[in-house]
Amino acid sequence: MKVDLRINGVNRSADIEPRKTLLDALRENFLLNGAHAGCEHGVCGACTVLVDGEPVRSCLMFAVQADGYEITTIEGLAPAPGELSVIQDAFCETHGLQCGYCTPGMILAAHALLQHTVTPTREDIVEAISGNICRCTGYGQIIEAVQFAADRLRKANTPRPHHGADKPVVEAK
Amino acid sequence: MSADPLGFRFVSTNRRVREDRRFVAGHGHFVADVALEGMLHVAILPSQHPAARIVSIDASAALAMPGVHYVLTGDELAAATDPLMNGLDTPKVRRHPLAVGQTRYAGEWVVAVVADSRALAEDATEKVRVTYEPLPFVMNAEEALKPDSPPVHPAHGSNVLLDRTFVWGEVDKHFAESPRHLSFRVTWGRNSTVPIETFGVAASWDPWRDMLDIWASIQMPKYPDQIARALRIPANGVRVHQDVDVGGSYGVKRGIKQTVLVAHLARRLGRPVRLIEDRLENMRGGDAHGPERIFDVEVAFNDDGIVKSMKIRALDNAGAYAGRAPFQLGKPIGAIVGPYKIASVQYRAQSVTSNKAVQEAVRGFGQAPTNYAIETAIDKVAAATGLPRIEVRRRNFIAKEEFPYLIPSGSTYDSGDYHTVVDKVFAHIDFAGMEQERDRLRASGLLAGIGIAACLEPSGGNSSFEPLLNEKNTTTTWMDSCRINIDGLGFITVTIHNTSSGQGHETLVSTVIGEVLQIDPDLIRVIRPDSLACLPSNSPVGSRMAIMLGGAAFQAAQKLKAKLTRVAAHQFGLSADKVVYASGGVSDPSSELQLGWIEIINIAHRNFHLLPEGMEPGLEATHVMQVPTGNKLPQDGRVQMYPCHSFEFHVVLMAIDPALGKPEIKRYVIGHDCGTVINPHIVKGMTLGGVAHGLGAALLEEFVYDDEGHLITQSFMDYLLPSSHEVPEVEIVHHCTPSPFTVFGQKGSGESGYLGAPAAISAAINDCVSPLGISFNKLPIRISAIGDAIADAQHGKPKEQAK
Repeated sequence: MKVDLRINGVNRSADIEPRKTLLDALRENFLLNGAHAGCEHGVCGACTVLVDGEPVRSCLMFAVQADGYEITTIEGLAPAPGELSVIQDAFCETHGLQCGYCTPGMILAAHALLQHTVTPTREDIVEAISGNICRCTGYGQIIEAVQFAADRLRKANTPRPHHGADKPVVEAK
Repeated sequence: MSADPLGFRFVSTNRRVREDRRFVAGHGHFVADVALEGMLHVAILPSQHPAARIVSIDASAALAMPGVHYVLTGDELAAATDPLMNGLDTPKVRRHPLAVGQTRYAGEWVVAVVADSRALAEDATEKVRVTYEPLPFVMNAEEALKPDSPPVHPAHGSNVLLDRTFVWGEVDKHFAESPRHLSFRVTWGRNSTVPIETFGVAASWDPWRDMLDIWASIQMPKYPDQIARALRIPANGVRVHQDVDVGGSYGVKRGIKQTVLVAHLARRLGRPVRLIEDRLENMRGGDAHGPERIFDVEVAFNDDGIVKSMKIRALDNAGAYAGRAPFQLGKPIGAIVGPYKIASVQYRAQSVTSNKAVQEAVRGFGQAPTNYAIETAIDKVAAATGLPRIEVRRRNFIAKEEFPYLIPSGSTYDSGDYHTVVDKVFAHIDFAGMEQERDRLRASGLLAGIGIAACLEPSGGNSSFEPLLNEKNTTTTWMDSCRINIDGLGFITVTIHNTSSGQGHETLVSTVIGEVLQIDPDLIRVIRPDSLACLPSNSPVGSRMAIMLGGAAFQAAQKLKAKLTRVAAHQFGLSADKVVYASGGVSDPSSELQLGWIEIINIAHRNFHLLPEGMEPGLEATHVMQVPTGNKLPQDGRVQMYPCHSFEFHVVLMAIDPALGKPEIKRYVIGHDCGTVINPHIVKGMTLGGVAHGLGAALLEEFVYDDEGHLITQSFMDYLLPSSHEVPEVEIVHHCTPSPFTVFGQKGSGESGYLGAPAAISAAINDCVSPLGISFNKLPIRISAIGDAIADAQHGKPKEQAK
């Protein structure tokens, strides 16, 4: 069936089987390969995308269910080709990855956290990425990356584009 | 890091890892991203029986479905291909990608269905009717060892793949002389590395060029050779695209059966074919489980805690086919005494088949389980003598001045300073303070304990366990290679000849070459040509790339530097030893003469008339590197296994709420010495990731089979991987003891953390529960086991070893 999706700020449409997951549709119909299949049962988080700014497992959502929502994939975070967002750059600075397979989901989870939380504690970060399994890093340099990004975002003092709008930007508990 | 005596420009500095950029942008190039024109998709029908005769296969209903192209059975595939290679000389243990005649474990691949989409292929597998006649089966290694157990491969005659006893040194004499003996059993549960990316492979066959193209999520030495052999085609007709990023491997992404299956289908159907395992296929039939091992250990020691001799019997449950599983009993021989001066060892290595999934190489290749057994032995000696656990270790450690140190099994350890690493870690954590903290936790009503573990990471291997365990194997090299080309505009392109699964090889070689040529590593391009354009290499296994690829890059760069120097010196009318190379230019210190990078490049590329006589034009150098120290076949059951030996020392403070049984790591510190570090970010990541992986093996992860022979932990809901909640903040204390056998003094670090974490965590839990008079002797130690054992102990049930 014909499905209209808004992906990374662009309206896209495709003829998609109703049983097809959002993950498979993103990869096969829209050639956005940044979201990855890991477990395909909602545990590992490698398929994470943002739906109205919140992390969602695209392996557990049908593409047809995403109609009408704002979908952000990892490809939507880089400000321009060859240019990284503050969070992406922070993952490079601390080497918050190795094989790179979980990384897009991890960065989107961190991005969602930092949209809501200006000064996250270590516990906030641990909680925010706890739905994303990384088998390479043991999480240490990922947590450092998110802390580093939070610091740089605070110092940049730029307003945060805020999806979803029902959660106010708050200081850490 | 220790002071840097060589004054490196780039080596050991905190440079970014160049691979990271593409991954953070979602622009990795994984096998599931490879979409070939006209590509078909495969789904697998697995066996539901641990052992059964395949009576019939009826695929007619599946083939009648629109979009379904083919149904492949084991009989057809076996007729068209050769069996997969065994490591040992066990020709009757035949292995094919799809079961032939009978199935040997639940989950074994029986039928492959090919369709226009993966979803359609999965639908069609449900229409394939297979009739089975169940056969007797055996799951447990000790049962499998019995002569009357059901043979997994009747033609082989028994379930024993390997039963070999080594005696290194005067074991009987040392046991007789030693006043104290103890013995115990520990068991390492079946777990694996379980990368988040499953295995995947895409293949296309071009009949007009006789070329098989392969894209795969692969980490396998000599992979193209094995594919060619199984498919009975020339090796130069197999082109493996090594620029595919691998989404984690840590040993297991070997994928021979998957590749032979898919390549046969591509050839048979004349269309590109792809198989991306789903999680279920991967967990139960991807043939990527790890060691499952029982250790029976005897130790001979004295009242001072000095360990004189050890007898280790290791019984490994290989699963249904041999593969490389038995070799994982061989690698630990290279560090069979750990970091200790144990004078003699008897080692019985037994590997048996069972009706479980097949093993593959797992990070450390059997070393982590062995370290768990050795470290448990040292803790038990401490308990028996009443000495502190660290004191027993200090008394038995090889001392700094005793290196190079020959251990009884034939390996010479290169270098180390274990006492200093321990001292640095203890100073860092204030060990007395940690003991007070433990006592404070105990006083507050918690069970609390400290675990320590010391172990080695043999690295840079030449695979000597192969000839050691199989006399028909005469391998004495496990080379790696690098080629550097400087183009006519002066830009450098390097080729490396392996796939990467996150080890940062591009960063490694650009750093090394930049160091030698004294130019910015960021200006160096690193590429991975397809396998037909590759020099001989053996892929990133055995913590070898810093040593072997780093070494090859270093030597190739030295050759180029020498050529640049000679070209310039010739212009000055001088011999090369009279001029000085610095930062890409060459000068004559006795005059004003100098030539810059571009000028030398220009001469080499365009002015043959200005080159020294006999010199080839252009600027290109290759180096194929032999493993340092790895030049001999085994003799009398002894062999130099690995050139380099990194050291790690773990200290864990643990607390357990007795009402919950949940272990909580309060503090985790690791001292780490892998010689000269080439990129600190990479080594740190390896170590932290290794600790997390070891935590999984110690507390969470196990492939559990039920009494009917079915795998019951086949999803991430029951096979638990550590999340950010489980993994503690880990503090690393660095030390640097350079290796004398490598170009910068580097050693391996790809298995660091994992090799000692299970032993340390197990020891911490046992220290927690020791006041209750109980202990755990089997990994993983799950929350449920801890809770049950504590409850039993508190309610005065008869004491027995906990589950």
